[in-house]
Amino acid sequence: MQTFLYLASPIRYSMKIVKALLAIAVTILLIWALQTQFDPIPPLGKFLNPVGGFWQNAESRQSEKAHELKLDGLLDKVIIQYDENRIPHIFANNEHDLYYAQGYITATDRLWQMDIQTRSASGRLAELVGSKALEMDRYHRRMGMVYGAENTLRGMMKDPQTKLAIEAYTEGINTYIHTLTPTTYPLEFKLLNYKPEEWKPINCAFLLKLMSETLAGGSDELEMTNVLNKFGWKVTQDLFPDRNFQQEPIIPAGTKWNFKSLPVPQPSASFKAQMRGNNNKPKERIEGIGSNNWAVSGSKTASGYPILANDPHLHLTFPSIWYQIQLHAPGINVYGVSLPGSPHIIIGYNQKISWGVTNVDADVLDWYQIKFKDATKEEYWYNNQWHKTTRRAEVINVRGKQPVVEDVIYTHYGPVVYESNQQKPEKTPQSVPAGTALRWVAHDESNELRTFYLLNRAKNYDDYRMALSYYSAPAQNFIFASADNDIAITPNGKLPLKFKDQGKFILDGTDAANSWQGWIPYEQNPTVKNPARGFVSSANQESTDAAYPYYINWQFGSYQRGKRINDRLSAMNHITADSMRLLQTDNYSITAHDILPTLLHNIDESKLDATQHQAYNLIKRWDLRYDATSIGASIFNSWWSYIYNLTWNDEFGTANRELRWPSRDRTIQLLLKDPKSKWFDNSQTAGKETLADIVSQAFNTAVNELANQHGKPGDNWQWGKVRLTEVEHLAGLDGLGSGKFASGGTGGVINAITGGNGPSWRMVVQLGPKVQGYGIFPGGESGNPGSFYYTDMLQTWKNGQLNPLLFLQSANEKSTRIKSILTLNKK
Amino acid sequence: MLFLFIFAFTTLCGLVPFLPWYVMPIIAFVSAILFGKNTWQTVWSGFGGVFAAWVLLALLKSIPNENMLAGRVAALFHLPHWTLLLLIMGLLGGLVGGLAALSGFLVKQAFEKPTSVRL
Repeated sequence: MQTFLYLASPIRYSMKIVKALLAIAVTILLIWALQTQFDPIPPLGKFLNPVGGFWQNAESRQSEKAHELKLDGLLDKVIIQYDENRIPHIFANNEHDLYYAQGYITATDRLWQMDIQTRSASGRLAELVGSKALEMDRYHRRMGMVYGAENTLRGMMKDPQTKLAIEAYTEGINTYIHTLTPTTYPLEFKLLNYKPEEWKPINCAFLLKLMSETLAGGSDELEMTNVLNKFGWKVTQDLFPDRNFQQEPIIPAGTKWNFKSLPVPQPSASFKAQMRGNNNKPKERIEGIGSNNWAVSGSKTASGYPILANDPHLHLTFPSIWYQIQLHAPGINVYGVSLPGSPHIIIGYNQKISWGVTNVDADVLDWYQIKFKDATKEEYWYNNQWHKTTRRAEVINVRGKQPVVEDVIYTHYGPVVYESNQQKPEKTPQSVPAGTALRWVAHDESNELRTFYLLNRAKNYDDYRMALSYYSAPAQNFIFASADNDIAITPNGKLPLKFKDQGKFILDGTDAANSWQGWIPYEQNPTVKNPARGFVSSANQESTDAAYPYYINWQFGSYQRGKRINDRLSAMNHITADSMRLLQTDNYSITAHDILPTLLHNIDESKLDATQHQAYNLIKRWDLRYDATSIGASIFNSWWSYIYNLTWNDEFGTANRELRWPSRDRTIQLLLKDPKSKWFDNSQTAGKETLADIVSQAFNTAVNELANQHGKPGDNWQWGKVRLTEVEHLAGLDGLGSGKFASGGTGGVINAITGGNGPSWRMVVQLGPKVQGYGIFPGGESGNPGSFYYTDMLQTWKNGQLNPLLFLQSANEKSTRIKSILTLNKK
Repeated sequence: MLFLFIFAFTTLCGLVPFLPWYVMPIIAFVSAILFGKNTWQTVWSGFGGVFAAWVLLALLKSIPNENMLAGRVAALFHLPHWTLLLLIMGLLGGLVGGLAALSGFLVKQAFEKPTSVRL
């Protein structure tokens, strides 16, 4: 018995140790598992725990009335007053501190947005999310986003004032980043399980490249070249004319150009051969990315001073692409919206002037077919001799994998984005022709920030013109109004000197005559000041009439929005800020006005069934407005899109969408002026269809589809319910967006809400002895989904209302709208 | 006693900024060594103490926020209500707390003189 106990005891003893060790091991394993990311789920323990997880990002509705911080790097005291929407009004005593504070404050609200935008532009998303973002990164690297940003940074750093602003802005952002701990990281860093990294000046340049990519980075040369090869030159010119049949140019038609223009380049021999050769044979641009702006002179307003309005249409996201801010320091007091990641205000006003922008749609991106000497691709043929290529290595880090190295070939034009179709992934983000080099104005050295630095401080028309002369890309229609009662608009940017249609198709890269022949001199960019009609406006339509000597592009935004704006502004008098607000939310459809009578005329009422008859009666009484409650709008919209599809699908519909389709304008022209056109015949059927066949077939299909999806004609057919709108989270995360809601508007009307795109900032500014601005964006100042200021302005935007903007004259000015004050002291 | 100790210390440490959440299992572990009486009492105290502490800590942040963020994150995880998120969080914390307390108790037992030796 004794021996037995002596034997059993150590065994029992060691069993206990094993059990204890096992329990410890299981506990540690569990903790490890809770700290580790299993894609796509964030590390659960790390994310969910109340000590450092997402609960810590939940902000209280109450904020401190006054708060003080001591920060490294400030030269003097800075006061930030927050209004009821938590819009910061920054008061600094010098420029360094002003931009330092702009960087610091913007980062407190929008750091993750700034980080992810930079990563997206610079092709560094795969570092975070792994191979699913690799092709997007490859595209951004290969198309030269980093190369372009490096060149732009060089331009920005050459100018002492923009250099100071960028460096101070960077310093402010980094000061904020250094205060963060894993507990206080913005929510999305916790969700995606990564750390914020130091801000670098080049990130400001990346942001500008991103804007250039959105607004001037799409192309359809590949699709247009395919059209040319399939249908020949005659048909191509007929269906894709250089001028719309309906026109409403930005610079009023008939404006005289009192400058001596440079010699306009002639089409190259290879271009002419390309067109002739096709004579006998039989990223795409997104509609809805556009904008409106206008300014009316004092002669048309109730106050006798100009009013300026602007609403840029972009992808609507939480957080908003814009960040409202007021900047005040000696020599500057300006209010408006900034882009998180860039110093200065991009659209706004000061005591003397106001300005805004819309996209020009200039063709500043061309593709050149490259002839390499041999498979090594070390030399290419250009201007009758061989030239050396250079190479640029792009290293893409991929989460959980080996880095991918892209060895990109550069010619004097720019990068060869994809050398061959094999190298080009199936789902290329844009229509990139393989084997071509990209010539893009956004690759050139530039300093756009100089323009905004100067506009923020501009006092009059001359200052405005001076500021614009520094601007490069993406080309914008800069609208202007001043307290001196001047109004003006300038389609502005660095515009290449081209022959007509140069870059409508892929260009032969061996022919030197296909190169850009220089630049349109800045002072010869189209512009108009105080035109007789008493207003200036733009809605992305063609810049000028045919009398302007230079070629800017063959296609622009469609005519309808510009037409409606100009019709209304011509008719209006005694204009107030509120009548401008109503115009910004105008849903009247010029397209419907132009074509609905013809469409109705082509319907044979006797052939309609009961539902179709009901729909027919509804649309006959439609007031032509895309209001949220309109039923006619739903019917018309679907009807028109079926007409468009039935007209072109038989000839242009290919599985992989490699052909460009004729425009809405060209289709309307056929419908109104050429109803017997062969294009209305469906080439895939034996019979011969006419316009009437297409129109009634489209009507029946549209109505039947609406009835199938939404029941009998009635409230469920309302436009707002049929076409739902949503403001998504920037990364498309469920639950962090607005959810779907009903709204009016559509692509071709002034209130250009198209599902997820639309007026990303609406601003109306009444100039005068005391300027008053009004504005709204669909979101909030804070980028934190746990903040009460994440969505607080959305409802006002949905209602079509504007907030009166608080423009303080000094740090001491008292306002009941100021809810809290943050004081930054130097350390 | 053990329950209260784990609950109070986990809550207190949760309120100290810069302390990571995995201080919690250490608290449960050490408390169990000090006050653990038997296996089930220890496991339940670890589980319950941490569950209660975490729910309290989460609510301290969430109630002034009117549970808005909790609601958004619940939607992100496709959960029907944010209280479910709170429950899952509590269960995860409780599981870690319970296991850590059990480990502490077993370590304590392993180092106690085996009763057989006294025979």
